[in-house]
Amino acid sequence: MKEIVIKTDRLSKRFGDFIAVNEISFEVQKGEIFGFLGANGAGKTTAMRMLCGLSIPSSGTAEIAGFEVYKQAEQIKRNIGYMSQKFSLYEDLTVSENISFFAGIYGLTNREIKEKGEALVEQLGLEKETKKLVGSLPLGWKQKLSFSVAVLHEPKIVFLDEPTGGVDPVTRRQFWDLIYEASAKGITIFVTTHYMDEAEYCDRISIMVDGRIAALDSPSKLKTQFKAGTMDEVFYQLARGAKRGD
Amino acid sequence: MRTIRFLLQKEFRQIFRNRAILLLIGVMPVMQLLILPLAANYEVKNINLSVVDHDHSGYAQKLVAKVTASGYFKLRGYGASFKEELKKIESDEADLILEIPEGFERNLIREDQQQLFIAVNAINGVKANLGGAYLTSIIKNFNEEIRIELLPPGRFNPGPVIEIIASNWYNPLMEYRFYMVPGILAILVTMIGGFLSALNIVKEKEFGTIEQINVTPIKKHHFILGKLIPFWVLGNIVFSLGLLVAWLIYGIIPIGSLLVLYGFLAVYLLAILGFGLLISTFCDTQQQAMFIMFFFMMVFILMGGLFTSIDSMPDWAKLVSRFNPVSYLIEVMRMVILKGSGWRDIWPQFGIITLFAVVLNAYAVINYKKTN
Ligand SMILES: Nc1ncnc2c1ncn2[C@@H]1O[C@H](COP(=O)(O)OP(=O)(O)O)[C@@H](O)[C@H]1O
Ligand SMILES: [Mg+2]
Repeated sequence: MKEIVIKTDRLSKRFGDFIAVNEISFEVQKGEIFGFLGANGAGKTTAMRMLCGLSIPSSGTAEIAGFEVYKQAEQIKRNIGYMSQKFSLYEDLTVSENISFFAGIYGLTNREIKEKGEALVEQLGLEKETKKLVGSLPLGWKQKLSFSVAVLHEPKIVFLDEPTGGVDPVTRRQFWDLIYEASAKGITIFVTTHYMDEAEYCDRISIMVDGRIAALDSPSKLKTQFKAGTMDEVFYQLARGAKRGD
Repeated sequence: MRTIRFLLQKEFRQIFRNRAILLLIGVMPVMQLLILPLAANYEVKNINLSVVDHDHSGYAQKLVAKVTASGYFKLRGYGASFKEELKKIESDEADLILEIPEGFERNLIREDQQQLFIAVNAINGVKANLGGAYLTSIIKNFNEEIRIELLPPGRFNPGPVIEIIASNWYNPLMEYRFYMVPGILAILVTMIGGFLSALNIVKEKEFGTIEQINVTPIKKHHFILGKLIPFWVLGNIVFSLGLLVAWLIYGIIPIGSLLVLYGFLAVYLLAILGFGLLISTFCDTQQQAMFIMFFFMMVFILMGGLFTSIDSMPDWAKLVSRFNPVSYLIEVMRMVILKGSGWRDIWPQFGIITLFAVVLNAYAVINYKKTN
């Protein structure tokens, strides 16, 4: 039996009359790379924020690493990493200052901060930039840096919200290398994207349409099920009925 | 503890990298203290005085000589008819009339008591009112037994009779800067502390960095402390700079103990920073926070007793000023700096401001949500 690290049951979020996330139920296994797909406005960010304890569910339940969201939010926070859709490291701090700050508040020892920080910088090839302000780095580097910071404390699960939005294909490819490395260490990856080529890199994917999960399986099974050659076609078949988005 | 160290390190790095903040805490106190006391200087010289002397005694003449020797008054007329001198007010030649009644000297000697009348020209109200206050203090000095009655000269004075308050006991010649500088310093510390703390958390919300903090296991009160301490230190720096300027430029040296002054300031800063943090928990953008803070600051400053003495406010305003932390700081600053008051004198204010600090910070911590 595989260990289940994310489990939701009819999880919903309403803003007034509007149902942003509508009774989603799914499970994610330990070590999986789980793709969370959907058009703009489908409800991906809202769902992810509930899973991270940043937003209180309107109804339904979810368990992260065995803890119940909202009720055991603080225990969950020790076990997860989060990279928000909006870049959210401190632009007025340098690369190394950001690394040691976040490592520090996650409770890493000084020695760990030094060793892991150095390893991280080397892995990203940022040796020459450690003393530069983060705000001065190109977007691609910022994204890679914020991913690395999100997994620095070795969480069980990392949540990535459109981590490759707006960056070039080469950087996207490098970013996925980082994801694979983290996955190889046993970290479960929960990633939202609307790039269909990235969907192919995932072990399993769910496709959200208007707040609901319309399909959930491995990319190859989904292609068979929808008699499609590419994930793009699968997505198009599902999403063309969507009312939201732009 | 370690978490707080990392938070403080981050906060101080950001502050020292922010030129606007450095300028604000370095230059603003000096500039404000140099300019504001001059602009807010109500000190008036060359007040035109007319004396109506019905007594013609030696004592009355001594009094007039003493008044003119003070340097604040110019004698514009000296007659025996109130009507004549009132014409000078009508033609704006005189600001004040001092009327010495008949039998002034005799009654003073016989009955140890006498009355004087002061009539003011309400057209140039500030000058005349202040003149009235100066005159009162000079006369009081001259003879404690003289009762002064302010005479509203009918149609020239639509406002109420002026009340004379002994606010200048510890500042005998009403040196305005002695009175203004401590007050301005109080407001300065309040503005810098309030605005910086209110804008800081909201800035993190606006930039989204607070989300990254909120997914960490950091405790709410650690986070708030990490914000309070740096601005508390800044507030103390600004205050010290201000005291230095007050000493170097105005020669004002606190008569009371610095320990008392800083002791009160320490708690006061916690209160005002807590207020800033509380506002930031209600706002999503720096602009919102700015406007709300601005509103409160205006009320705090106008009703803080800097420009208008709280004693002379109407009752409803007196009540409002009780809920105004700034009024306590201004009061305590003046007490300690000008009067030399000690712990025993300021403990009521100290108790109240402690209450402010506890309530505001508790509310801010409760209202700061890691989730929505
Ligand atoms: N705080 C909020 N208040 C009201 N509506 C919201 C709020 N947050 C998100 N929404 C709405 O919920 C829907 C889903 O948003 P989101 O989860 O950001 O979508 P996605 O990440 O899939 O693009 C959108 O229509 C959005 O306008
Ligand atoms: Mg989104």
